[in-house]
Amino acid sequence: MDLATIQSELEVSVPGCRLQIVDNPSPCVQHSLVVDAEHAVLVATYLQDFLHFDYCSNVTGVDWLPKELSEKIKVKKTVDGPNGPEEKEVDEVRKTSVPGYLEVVYHLFSTTDRTGPLPLRMRTAGREVGGEATLLPSLTPVWRSCEFQEREVYDLFGIHFEGHPDLRRLLMWDEFTDHPMRRDYVDPDDYEYEPTAHDEVLARMRQHYSTQPGPAFGDLPQGGGQ
Amino acid sequence: MDEQLKAELGKQGIFATTLQEIYNWGRRNSIWPLNFGLACCAIEMIATTMARYDLARFGAEVFRPSPRQADLMIVAGTVTKKMAPQVVRLYNQMPEPKYVISMGACAISGGPFKQGYNVLKGIDRYIPVDVYIPGCPPRPEALIDAFLMLQKKIDEQALTGNARPRHLQADAPSEFPVPAFGAHDLEPPSNPALWQPPAPELVQIAPAATSAAPAPATAGGHESK
Amino acid sequence: MSTITLPTPPVLNPPASLEASASENPERLLELSLGPQHPSTHGVFRMNVVLDGERVVRLKPVFGYLHRNHEKIAENETYLGNMPYTDRLDYICSLTNNWAYALAVEKLAGIPVPERAEYLRVITAELTRLLNHAALVGFLLQDMGASGTPLMYAFREREKILDLFEALTGARMMCNYMRFGGCRVDAPAGWLDQARKVVADFPKFLDEFEKLLVSNEILMERTQGVGVLSRELAISSAISGPMARASGLNYDIRKVDCYGIYPRFSFRVPLGSHGDVYDRYMIRILEMRESLKILEQALRDIPEGPILDPKSKPRGFRPKPGECYGRIEAPKGELGFYLISDGSPNPYRYRVRPPSLINLTVLEDLCLGHNVADVVVILGSVDIVLGEVDR
Repeated sequence: MDLATIQSELEVSVPGCRLQIVDNPSPCVQHSLVVDAEHAVLVATYLQDFLHFDYCSNVTGVDWLPKELSEKIKVKKTVDGPNGPEEKEVDEVRKTSVPGYLEVVYHLFSTTDRTGPLPLRMRTAGREVGGEATLLPSLTPVWRSCEFQEREVYDLFGIHFEGHPDLRRLLMWDEFTDHPMRRDYVDPDDYEYEPTAHDEVLARMRQHYSTQPGPAFGDLPQGGGQ
Repeated sequence: MDEQLKAELGKQGIFATTLQEIYNWGRRNSIWPLNFGLACCAIEMIATTMARYDLARFGAEVFRPSPRQADLMIVAGTVTKKMAPQVVRLYNQMPEPKYVISMGACAISGGPFKQGYNVLKGIDRYIPVDVYIPGCPPRPEALIDAFLMLQKKIDEQALTGNARPRHLQADAPSEFPVPAFGAHDLEPPSNPALWQPPAPELVQIAPAATSAAPAPATAGGHESK
Repeated sequence: MSTITLPTPPVLNPPASLEASASENPERLLELSLGPQHPSTHGVFRMNVVLDGERVVRLKPVFGYLHRNHEKIAENETYLGNMPYTDRLDYICSLTNNWAYALAVEKLAGIPVPERAEYLRVITAELTRLLNHAALVGFLLQDMGASGTPLMYAFREREKILDLFEALTGARMMCNYMRFGGCRVDAPAGWLDQARKVVADFPKFLDEFEKLLVSNEILMERTQGVGVLSRELAISSAISGPMARASGLNYDIRKVDCYGIYPRFSFRVPLGSHGDVYDRYMIRILEMRESLKILEQALRDIPEGPILDPKSKPRGFRPKPGECYGRIEAPKGELGFYLISDGSPNPYRYRVRPPSLINLTVLEDLCLGHNVADVVVILGSVDIVLGEVDR
């Protein structure tokens, strides 16, 4: 059953759901289905009960940072020409900013029909930590396998899953406050010794030493190595 | 004592030695390691205790499950920041004299996972280490070599005098503070009494005769231990 | 001058169904933390158990003690640079991890693999399956109290296979052997004969081990009926590998996805009917026999030829933008890699689907009502490796 058929069947059976197919340009042809957060549990239940997708193998998070897309378009504009104002087609660079969001991807398989994977995606409204923007429904009531993996997505990305029976951190300690897998996470300043430091490690080492009390960096004895 | 006299007496069935020799001999030939493997190096450690590379013939007959009964902690594998307080706690629970072998690149300095936010860059930040074994993972023969090196180190430890080991000095610490979990990192990130980051050294390369600008300075590290 | 900080007590959230028994007599309950250092937890794995006498009332696993940020490091490394890190995921079976990653990248970029390389991949993967299952059965017997000796027999066989790997790839454990489009280096002269000899000698050891399992009364008592996993729960929790097949789920990715050249080999998929610990161990012994069959066929039919696709470009590899989920039947279960590429030399998102972590979803369900001693045996039968659980 291909994705377009699944989409039309779902739109009939779960009224009001907003689905979107995301094309995958890779040769492996695994196009995904984006479902909106409101109807996700109903869509998932339908997929499990009627379309035999009973095996949710992989749950993961993806962080899409806000990006600026610029495209060159031709626009008719009035410009001052040698013979007075005239209309001309001019190249203009239009910048559109795409807001960032987080995404949860579920890979579904069917043990009875031996089909799959069907990637199912859910997108958050924004990226702020702890707010309404990163709230998504949990699919653990539908597939038990999402239990630990959604906890891991919460731990590493900060997406809060509503309806999860036990949402707490999985891999990091409980007092940890950051969400490390986000693309804008900054490592703690943990000095690491590098015998032949160069580029950014050298810059970090210099910065680390400049914040430490003691002899200033330039005052260190000039001499040969070992 | 004269070695020849010792040998002669030995033939007569009289065994002459010093207290230090026999004390160290007893200790080094019966080092009992703690059953403590963290990651991939643990599998090589298990392989070292198996029939092919038998570690038991060097005295490590039993791997104790409880730290209270062990002399040696072989930190085999990556120490993560989440695990670091437990490692230090286990070390504190071991009775003196105790030794630590840091096995594998991860336990020495973080290894291939050095860039990680959860990886402790070397267990020697919190506990004193006696022998380091590089490798990823080190071969079982390397672990046996480290074991023999540790035995040699124990053999050379004096009973009296300034060079005596930690467990014979009344005011040397045998338990080290356990780090706490902070909001972003362990607190403290290292134990300053045990580990100082190696200081960089500016090495000025003499500018070449043909080039106009001086060559960039490179920083090298030096041994701090 | 030196302070010892007391351990913080674990935080437990009692589930609604067990609150009744807990509130009846709360002083009877004992909270115990098994791990992270424990002789039989197969790595740094911690379980907070609540016991009523010896009976387990509640069990919550705690992970993260070996979380080495593999996925974050992978986003800053090139595709080829991530191959050695995959060795360290399931560190007992490094070659199947390599194959899963190579398969995912080859599916992402559409890279073909030559014949001989496919045969070498199958041979090394099935040898890895042998050594993983042998080590696991050895660890089971050690956990049950036969301290050391059966494990020594298992590791004796493992050393023979590790000798083969060292001759082929240069390393005993961290092999780093597969490349995108084939294998790194060809089998040296005499390697295939040595492999045939190892495969020919293996059934004797298997017979020995099977006799140890079947004719040992203590083992039968301690494993039959213990830790029963129903088929429905296995499907819902996405259990994969021998653990799922022991519960009657006929899902072997070698037969379902038909990746590589597995359709050419005739082998059967053993299925269990009870889903208890005993079934899981017997399934693994039977799978070892099927692996030997595959190995005999592969070693007989392996052709000559190149081992790397001539057009493959390991350095400066930039797959076109897209994403892919590729999976194989690793000895522990379904090992999958989900890669998102944005056209740069580093993956945008690199995700490992760890079979050990997902197989642990049902650990609490399996252990409830059993004794503490059974928890250790059940955990052993789940077959976890912390490098994979925590990545």
